Amino acid sequence: MIVLEKRPQPSRAWAIATPILAVLATMLFGGLLFAVLGKNPVEAILTIFYDPLLGPHAGYYRPQLLVKGAPLVLIAIGLSLGFKAGIWNIGAEGQYIVGAICGAGVALAFYPLEAWYIFPLMVLGGAFGGWVWAMIPALLKVRFGTNEILVSLMLVYVAEQLLASMSLGLLRNPQGLGFPGSRNLQQYESAHNAELFANTGMHWGVVAALLSVIFAYILLNQHMRGFHIRLTGDAPRAARFAGVRPARLILFCLGSGGALAGLAGMFEVAGPSGVVSIDFNVGYGFTAIIVAFLGRLHPVGVLLAGALLALTYIGGEIAQSNLGLPAAAIQVFQGMLLFFLLALDLLTNYRIRARQTGVA
Amino acid sequence: MDLSAINPALLLASLMVAATPILLAAIGELVAERSGVLNLGVEGMMITGAICGFAIAVETGSPWLGFAGAAAGGAVLALLFALLTQVALANQVASGLALTLFGLGLSALIGQGYVGIKPPKFARLDIPVLGDLPVVGRVLFGHDPMLYIAIALVAGVWILLRFSRAGLILRAVGENHDAAHALGYKVVRIRILAILFGGACAGLGGAYISLVRVPQWTEGMTAGVGWIALALVVFGSWKPWRVLLGAWLFGGITVLQLNLQAAGVAIPVEYLAMSPYLVTILVLVILSADKSRAPASLGKIFHASQ
Repeated sequence: MIVLEKRPQPSRAWAIATPILAVLATMLFGGLLFAVLGKNPVEAILTIFYDPLLGPHAGYYRPQLLVKGAPLVLIAIGLSLGFKAGIWNIGAEGQYIVGAICGAGVALAFYPLEAWYIFPLMVLGGAFGGWVWAMIPALLKVRFGTNEILVSLMLVYVAEQLLASMSLGLLRNPQGLGFPGSRNLQQYESAHNAELFANTGMHWGVVAALLSVIFAYILLNQHMRGFHIRLTGDAPRAARFAGVRPARLILFCLGSGGALAGLAGMFEVAGPSGVVSIDFNVGYGFTAIIVAFLGRLHPVGVLLAGALLALTYIGGEIAQSNLGLPAAAIQVFQGMLLFFLLALDLLTNYRIRARQTGVA
Repeated sequence: MDLSAINPALLLASLMVAATPILLAAIGELVAERSGVLNLGVEGMMITGAICGFAIAVETGSPWLGFAGAAAGGAVLALLFALLTQVALANQVASGLALTLFGLGLSALIGQGYVGIKPPKFARLDIPVLGDLPVVGRVLFGHDPMLYIAIALVAGVWILLRFSRAGLILRAVGENHDAAHALGYKVVRIRILAILFGGACAGLGGAYISLVRVPQWTEGMTAGVGWIALALVVFGSWKPWRVLLGAWLFGGITVLQLNLQAAGVAIPVEYLAMSPYLVTILVLVILSADKSRAPASLGKIFHASQ
């Protein structure tokens, strides 16, 4: 008989090995899925994971890796802080949208003025928007004990309606011939989040994502608040004895997560996307949940996981146009990744032992 | 704006229809939560049920087979959740989220060939005499059989939980899994069954949207109904009849805002469309003060140590 024996401490080796094993298992089963869909599995996997990096047109795709990875990493860093402490913000998609609306709103309020201070104000506006949106579940949780999972998620749907309302009403381009959507910020120099070096994909959002990784690392390893986050997640009772104030922690984790998601939305709307439109959000807020878990809630891990999932987005697009692989297949692929990761995590926390039956 | 265009009898009748998917999903989740399992994958199981039911109903021409397929589809996805949380002992919150993300992708994948198709019509029950009553006949007795099955399911769950031995065991497992284990009950097996029941119900709820309520297939068509169902279980403080009441409340709000949109009220459409979600938050806030009704082992991992 096989029995599970809880490890006194999670195994460090397995903690690093499981994400890699999960990716391999996903490739295997994803390949099977692609085969069922009538595609050559090897070709499909290579298209997704190899072509964007080293394929013949990689020069075109590589910058996209930064463009897609930056929002994922920014959001996932914020989420991972909360997840570590057992605070489940799953409404990052909504915070991302509101951040974008606020950032673009600041820019459009100044249009057509050209000034150096517009972009910094937009950054503040974006972060503020996401922060406010995340403060709703945070304050409700602190004040009334309301479940933050449900509230933050409900607010995603509210934010989507708000986005529709903004792109049809308040922020609509007055010179847009009545079409929905705002002015294109890419054509507004002071507000444009342009590439810092041509054709590298490097924009301010990427810089912010890297900074967030560094800050999160310092916070978690060198700072008292970071210690409290880890302590609350690992041993809530001990945390209370150590004088951790749960309310402050909730406000901090949800707030910083919201601000980072808002920033991601703002950098996206001012750069790669350019316009506030109904279909502006593409699910980065939800994919970031996978990124956070795949990165083991560790800043460096999140960075690597963000790059990997960005790769699946880009590879998925290539596979879509070259092989006719449906877009939804990539979504299934990403979901599968999280499944395998959670399942294999068993090995981190438990030891599998064979035991003879009949022992009293 | 012309509010007189809203017919109260029709409003109430469509309220019952709008409430049914939420009710089906919520009653399934209620059973799972009473056994101590928090399955956040309701949305994913619903949307999978919606497409499985739709596809099977279209292929076979029978809505009944469609509903059976939807229940099976929801249960299969729930089985994945059961394996993750009960066998691999994974975190229930994370596993539920994974289920939703996976379900949304899977349903979109299956549903590619079914966009823009009309499903076979699901006939209304023709109840003689009762159905002919003025107003009441239309509101209470002029619906499809699934709606009554949903209400019967609520009654069934109530009887099971309250009066049967099986219900007592289920609640014992949900309140204190260690004590239940010590008494010799198979905690994991009972929970897996409860999870499967929850998945099947969520699948039925999804299929009710795609086969009766809309009836059509569009990607992501459940639009948060699964999450509202989760909130409803809290709202109903884990009691079947209160969940029914809550489902009617949400059905009412959904229908009312649609009617107000159609009547051309001065409030923009987007703000009306927000209302069900905002009301959910409001209700959660009002009710979250009292947590005493939640099953004590809800969301906790059970591992029988040797």
